[in-house]
Amino acid sequence: MTELVNGKGLSLIPKSDVKQGMKDFKSDQEVRWCPGCGDYAILAAVQSFLPELGLKRENIVFVSGIGCSSRFPYYLNTYGFHSIHGRAPAIATGLAASRPDLSVWVITGDGDALSIGGNHLIHALRRNVNLNILLFNNRIYGLTKGQYSPTSEIGKITKSTPMGSLDKPFNPISLALGAEASFVARTIDSDRKHLQSVLREATAHRGTSLVEIYQNCNIFNDNAFEQLKDPEIRDDITLRVEHGQPIQSASKAVVRSADGGIEVVDRASVAEADILVHDAHRADPSLAFALSRLDEPAFEHVPIGIFRQIDRPAYDVLMAEQMEEAKAQQGPGELSDLLLGGDTWRIG
Amino acid sequence: MTKQVQQLDRVIIRFAGDSGDGMQLTGDRFTAGTAEFGNDLSTLPNFPAEIRAPAGTLPGVSSFQLHFADHDILTPGDAPNVLVAMNPAALKANLGDLPRGADIIANTDEFTKRNLQKVGYDGNPLEDDTLGEWRVHAVPLTSLTVRALEGFDLSKKDAERSKNMFALGLLSWLYHRPTEATISFLEQKFAKKPDIAKANIAAFQAGWNYGETTESFSVSYEVKPAKLPPGVYRNISGNQALAYGLIAASVQSKLPLFLGSYPITPASDILHELSKHKRFGIRTFQAEDEIAGVGAALGAAFGGALGVTTTSGPGVALKAETVGLAVTTELPLIVVDVQRAGPSTGMPTKTEQTDLLMAMFGRNGESPLPIVAPMSPSDCFDAAIEAARIAVKYRTPVMLLSDGYLANGSEPWKLPEISELPDISVAYTTEPNAEDGTFLPFKRDTETLARPWAIPGTAGLEHRIGGIEKADGTGNISYDPNNHDRMVRVRQAKIDGVDVPDLQVDDPDGEAKVLVLGWGSTYGPIAAAVRRIRKSGGKVAQAHLRHLNPLPANTGEILKSYDKVLLPEINLGQLALLLRARFLVDIISYNRVRGLPFKAEELAGVIQDVIDGD
Repeated sequence: MTELVNGKGLSLIPKSDVKQGMKDFKSDQEVRWCPGCGDYAILAAVQSFLPELGLKRENIVFVSGIGCSSRFPYYLNTYGFHSIHGRAPAIATGLAASRPDLSVWVITGDGDALSIGGNHLIHALRRNVNLNILLFNNRIYGLTKGQYSPTSEIGKITKSTPMGSLDKPFNPISLALGAEASFVARTIDSDRKHLQSVLREATAHRGTSLVEIYQNCNIFNDNAFEQLKDPEIRDDITLRVEHGQPIQSASKAVVRSADGGIEVVDRASVAEADILVHDAHRADPSLAFALSRLDEPAFEHVPIGIFRQIDRPAYDVLMAEQMEEAKAQQGPGELSDLLLGGDTWRIG
Repeated sequence: MTKQVQQLDRVIIRFAGDSGDGMQLTGDRFTAGTAEFGNDLSTLPNFPAEIRAPAGTLPGVSSFQLHFADHDILTPGDAPNVLVAMNPAALKANLGDLPRGADIIANTDEFTKRNLQKVGYDGNPLEDDTLGEWRVHAVPLTSLTVRALEGFDLSKKDAERSKNMFALGLLSWLYHRPTEATISFLEQKFAKKPDIAKANIAAFQAGWNYGETTESFSVSYEVKPAKLPPGVYRNISGNQALAYGLIAASVQSKLPLFLGSYPITPASDILHELSKHKRFGIRTFQAEDEIAGVGAALGAAFGGALGVTTTSGPGVALKAETVGLAVTTELPLIVVDVQRAGPSTGMPTKTEQTDLLMAMFGRNGESPLPIVAPMSPSDCFDAAIEAARIAVKYRTPVMLLSDGYLANGSEPWKLPEISELPDISVAYTTEPNAEDGTFLPFKRDTETLARPWAIPGTAGLEHRIGGIEKADGTGNISYDPNNHDRMVRVRQAKIDGVDVPDLQVDDPDGEAKVLVLGWGSTYGPIAAAVRRIRKSGGKVAQAHLRHLNPLPANTGEILKSYDKVLLPEINLGQLALLLRARFLVDIISYNRVRGLPFKAEELAGVIQDVIDGD
């Protein structure tokens, strides 16, 4: 295994000495999502983005749970582990914590990450394990054929909720920020350029990066994000969240409100200087959290981009440091010392 | 005054008090002194799950039993010769186990009207004839301790807390135990509070001197050192031995150890112990839950580590799906189950052997895995290495079934020669294995049926594994009916083919008609019972299973070669069920599930009945 040197981003992962292309990352397996599924666009975006990193392909691992999106690892010619429902962050934690030389990705969905696996997700985030978590959010259960999910809107009519769902949905960005995440972003399957720009930042971030990807399930929840794709209105409702830039859409802007919070106003009604400038590096996550609340109830305006991106030691590095400290203080482990370490006596 | 010294060949002492009285520490220190003196010994801590149950009540009683002898012994003893009762609750809770004529050392200061009423004594048993069958030594332990510490700048309450050290000093005098180790232990334990250290040492010495001068004790006892095989010894508990075994397995396999674990009684001490030894390159991960503990261990195993998770029965239930994933992805994994009384929360601090069938079958689908069970506290060391050997050689999860009795019990352990520990290293796969130069992650070793272990970072061997059924060879997703049938059978065949040593039978003259079989922690009581039978001229054979899956190849042959097979288990007959189904042998079961180990006398009676039976 590679010797650990402290570092950021991708510095601990061996680089490829040959130029890579998209085809290097395609496996020989036939892709079997429904025709028209948003997963195709995400897969293509990831496959065409990975060569840019220039990492040794064998040092990249995709770990997934269960659900349509979790088939993802089979279609990439890297190491892959298609695990069990909800547990991908736990499995990836053991892998990433013990192998700082790997780029470990978790592919998950809204049911996988937020329902059955919610506990693992929040703990991976607070620990800041070195993972890139791509959360495909289609607001529905696809693989089990169309039940409502923890991100479905209240009142969702599905097979399991013929009279409408009762539970309030999670906002994944708010949840991640509340769980002490160091990198939180949202993007959308149909905007490859934006998706890849977010992946670029996410992979450069050492620690857990959570990327929510709005993804269309054209079978069970078609057009869930249609407003964000409709050329007529998308530029008006998409609030661009970019570090150092005013938070705004074509016609709307985010400003401080009189009550101390933030609000969305008509772009034309405020001076440029009054528009809130996004600071993704702010230590205090409360403003990022406030931003994440702007998409309630649904799609009047939706913040898209990187909400939070702060430096915090990654879990594998902290773990390795303790090991090194123990070796420095006590010397490397010797079995005979260990066994003789207690009160011993000799017979004969 | 010259006191009489009497020679004994063995003694069983039980320290009992409130769970806040420090009885476990007192027992531990007496054990350390006894080990240092060279007796063979065996211990049985027994404590409530409540950290501090209401003071003076029966549920709050904590005890520590120690059996030591001038010869090799196998159990912590059936019935105490001496009971140290720190309060009326401790007396009442333990009196039923005390044979007639045994000594009772009672702390009279705690036998107040209120404390007596708490446990339902109308009068004071120390003063009426309730204890007429026993030899009572009424000692005001608390007030003697307070008086001994008068010169110290301590509150009365703090002074009273040292009464366990006074008791330890008294018992150390009574049984001629060396004192140096306890004194240096106290100095170390309270290194940052030298006043407390001095007070405890003073209380300890006062207890010793009290024994020397008081007329309540006219006799002291000597138990000569035992003649044990030559070597270097230490006293060790099962959990500590298991942790050391895992470290040794890491060294001997040349694999970094990754422990994913969630705190649970009675397994937590393994997590505590391993987390102290990071200098061995060990990573210990206290997970958010049981599932994450095993998940992280499996993820680390995919990355090339020796993945381990430690838990008890309720945790195994939660881990089942991930263990199934390890079965089907064929990755090495060690699952340690320190069994405790169930079902559900059961009795967390009490022992049981009730997880065998869960270990065998507690997963969905055909999901076989090897099972190894240690037979004594120190054997947990070897059993852990054996579990690791099987896991890495066959690329499979292995269940290691310890239990609460082994975990917390202790015995002298003759330290192994490091050079004689088995080399259990295996090589990661680094080259393509197919004729066309590609890599087939499920192409098996023809002898072991193990698949290659190619870890991330290995160029050219990129592959995908998962919980969905895999095509033989390529590991690609497959729903082909014949492929699934073949894969189910080959996974079973791999486990059935694990190399386990033959079952050994102890049948000195080969004339026994009855075989007593056991597994796991019942070894000590069964072997002690067998000794008793043989001492009285009876003939009985003994065999003990260490590998529960697969079973040794000669198991059926041995079972069938005896007229009767008796199988004591601390469950309702789980191994008996397996053996009956497999070998069609009419096993005679003896089952008790009281949360306690068997007693030798009890089992001797059962064996005798089977010998005498028609």
